[in-house]
Amino acid sequence: MLDELNNPPAVHHASGWRRTGRVLLVPALAVFTGLVIGAIFIIITSEEVYAGFGQSFGAGLAAVWDTIIKAYGAMFAGALGDPVRIVEAIRGGNALEIRRAINPILESLVNATPYIFAGLAVALGFRSGLFNIGVEGQLFVGAAAATYVGFAIKGLPAVIHMPLAFLAGAVGGGLWGFIPGWLKAKTGGHEVINTIMMNWISFRLTEWLLTGPMTRPGSGGMPISPVIEKSAEIPQFFPSPIRLHLGFFIALAFAYLVHWLLFKTTWGFNLRTVGANPYAARYAGINITSNIIIAMTLSGALAGLAGATQILAVNRSMAIGLSAGAGFDSIALALLGNSTPIGVVFASLLFGALRNGATRMELLQIPNDIVSIIQALILAFVAAPAIIRTIYRIRVPKEAEEAVFVGGSWGGGK
Amino acid sequence: MAPVLELKGITKRFPGVLANDHINLTLNEGEILALLGENGAGKSTLMNILYGLYQPDEGEIYVRGKKTTIVSPTDAIRSGIGMVHQHFMLIPVFTVTENVMLGAEELRAAGFLDRKKAADRIRDISQRYKLEVDPDAYVRDLPVGVQQRVEIIKLLYRQAEILIFDEPTAVLTPQEADELFAIMRELIRQGKSIIFITHKLREVLEVADHILVIRRGAVVGETVPQGADKNSLAAMMVGRPVRLEVEKRVAHVQNKVLEVRDLVVADAQKQITVDEVSFDVHAGEILGVAGVQGNGQTELVEAVTGLRMPNSGTIRLLGQDITRATPRQVTELGSAHIPEDRQRDGLVLSFPVADNTVLCTYYKPPYAKGVTMQWKKVYEDAEKLIQDFDIRTPSAKTNVGALSGGNQQKVIVAREFSRPIKLLVASQPTRGLDVGSIEYIHKRIVEKRDEGCAVLLVSPELDEIMELSDRIAVMYRGKIVTIVPADQATKAYIGLLMAGVSPEQAGAPQVGERVVESTL
Repeated sequence: MLDELNNPPAVHHASGWRRTGRVLLVPALAVFTGLVIGAIFIIITSEEVYAGFGQSFGAGLAAVWDTIIKAYGAMFAGALGDPVRIVEAIRGGNALEIRRAINPILESLVNATPYIFAGLAVALGFRSGLFNIGVEGQLFVGAAAATYVGFAIKGLPAVIHMPLAFLAGAVGGGLWGFIPGWLKAKTGGHEVINTIMMNWISFRLTEWLLTGPMTRPGSGGMPISPVIEKSAEIPQFFPSPIRLHLGFFIALAFAYLVHWLLFKTTWGFNLRTVGANPYAARYAGINITSNIIIAMTLSGALAGLAGATQILAVNRSMAIGLSAGAGFDSIALALLGNSTPIGVVFASLLFGALRNGATRMELLQIPNDIVSIIQALILAFVAAPAIIRTIYRIRVPKEAEEAVFVGGSWGGGK
Repeated sequence: MAPVLELKGITKRFPGVLANDHINLTLNEGEILALLGENGAGKSTLMNILYGLYQPDEGEIYVRGKKTTIVSPTDAIRSGIGMVHQHFMLIPVFTVTENVMLGAEELRAAGFLDRKKAADRIRDISQRYKLEVDPDAYVRDLPVGVQQRVEIIKLLYRQAEILIFDEPTAVLTPQEADELFAIMRELIRQGKSIIFITHKLREVLEVADHILVIRRGAVVGETVPQGADKNSLAAMMVGRPVRLEVEKRVAHVQNKVLEVRDLVVADAQKQITVDEVSFDVHAGEILGVAGVQGNGQTELVEAVTGLRMPNSGTIRLLGQDITRATPRQVTELGSAHIPEDRQRDGLVLSFPVADNTVLCTYYKPPYAKGVTMQWKKVYEDAEKLIQDFDIRTPSAKTNVGALSGGNQQKVIVAREFSRPIKLLVASQPTRGLDVGSIEYIHKRIVEKRDEGCAVLLVSPELDEIMELSDRIAVMYRGKIVTIVPADQATKAYIGLLMAGVSPEQAGAPQVGERVVESTL
């Protein structure tokens, strides 16, 4: 009925920059709106604001303004660094002070690293028409595998040991993705259900590993692994407190690799065609079964690398509270990044910075939960672009709309 | 007396498009007004304005001489205007009665539904207008033609005086279409008035009292069937003279390309739908498979193209056994396939035009070097195809989903014809397309045959089969009833076979009796 409306004869083609601007507009407004509504939460949870309004209306408003500025100021400084402090540190010439001053922005990159891997995992799944909710579980298995190779094998040179432990992470995660992929391809079992179940298996399995076979001698039954060998460590570049490590750049390289795979190779064409229209894929002679398995395995492997990097570069041993939900946040990252690797990288940087800035906000008695709320709000707005479009009265660009992935995944796949 | 409906100067603009340009329309009581135009001409926009789904930017609507504003379908129904949509608005798991009363429920005391009273009213309507239907049947169990009757009853139940039919025959078999025309005539005999939207010339000439031709949003002609013929209507509609009959030289039949023997195929529900079918297709000929939809043609085509595994029998392509081959193996041997459902099987709507033009060849040179895609080459060739096949698209980067149906089909034809092929399997290649596109695609198919390609054409449109085929195979309930040379077949004879009459009973066709009818 709307056919004629939807197929205007002449569609204007936006230039590259305008196109980019259009793609970025909704996520940017989503972030902005999230911050605005987050401010409301900050205000209503602030003692000072109540105290201010107790005095007078004017004092109340002043307190509101003051609270917001202080909170977001702290978040900004925590995420990117305090410019004044950086300048002073450089003037002072004290190396430790300089490192401390510039640490926040580098720490944001450290925070972003597992997000990038995990976000790529979900994005690759989306592009292939699969909804991998199992990233968290795959991350745990990958981390466990990397940890095991990291501490159990001794006497290897670092050039072999570190890549081997890293690779073990990919294998562990890949195995955890392969199982639901195989189930989907061969039996039609829905990957959403199966990856959720695989998550639970993974959590309990790692718990058992960390208290049993992989426990640290003398930990007294605490679920923690031995420290990995020096030779397995992914190197950090600077002395304390800066933790920026090679893993961040490996993550960027993987983002490029995934981009190359999806958009520049015939393998990627296979995956994307299966994801976008399995019927047409079959017609084109693409093997749907094997591509579903490949997609889930690769997705799981990327998730496993998120865990492996965190262990080998930052934690250096495995404990239960490894990821703080990065595997679930990654679904949002893929959405925010429109399932493109470059988008995932930017979304991860944003989330890394937000998480990092949250630490500083806590010093102002603002609960860490507020940052989670802001993140949740941003996500909700990103995931439902219609809300943002309605608020800001943006007209829907047809093509941009179609660029948003999601194949027939929820509809029951095959 | 004032006309039942009058539109004056209706204008509707969409960003960048003038969908309706000062359209005037008059519908008199008890007549069928045909609104004829190609896809995208602005017919549906006009009807959606009349039905209250859009508001016109300019212009006025008069119902029985009274100026009326219609801002919603509820308003339209209140003014006695009802619409039978191309895609039915029925709930499959409800009965006919429940569907009809939905939104206009008969109530008993305390708000309980009175199904019986509603069913009785439906029976009355059904008898009065000769719309045979069982009020207690579930809609999901009804054939498409009967579902359409339910839609019509829905309107009559709401006392609609003006009935709009939007491309009503698109989903019907020829027999069902004939039944629909009889119903339409009965409706106007009893004082209803009808607007009939279509792009099929034959139907217009058959049932309309008045014809209004629309092109690019404006009325370009007004006529009556007595003063018009297919050629003049087509020319008005497209804006240039159109060749309705396909120009075709005598077939120059060569070697056997496709050989099908004792083929048995089951559908997804494991029902045998192709039952011991045997036939050959030779280079340089078109074998047309006629038959009402659902008689096994879909599964036959799927088996031949490798999309469905046959239960038994053999299929040979150029001497090679392809009975158990994969779709890619079949393609590699030089087979091309225009699928029945282009949007489901033939295209990835969310991919650009260029990507779709390499859907069957993307994995090998020159489009891939090793595993790396050679996108530059893909786009270069796509630009050429867009030129050669006259695909109307803003660019090769535009998603195929944004193109019109005709242009989507051209993308498929361009892709399949752009590589060397020995066999073309074309399944309903012009389904839902307008005159211009049909003319074009027919021409291209005949060209392929003349180049020495073997063509297997499957279509429920008897006219299309008659027009293009060199030999005609009739399929009925999974079997090929007979295969006759096209010049010995008459439409009546093939029609009888399609309906299940045995060749003996149908009587041998008489040479010279054949009249070529256009598809349009």
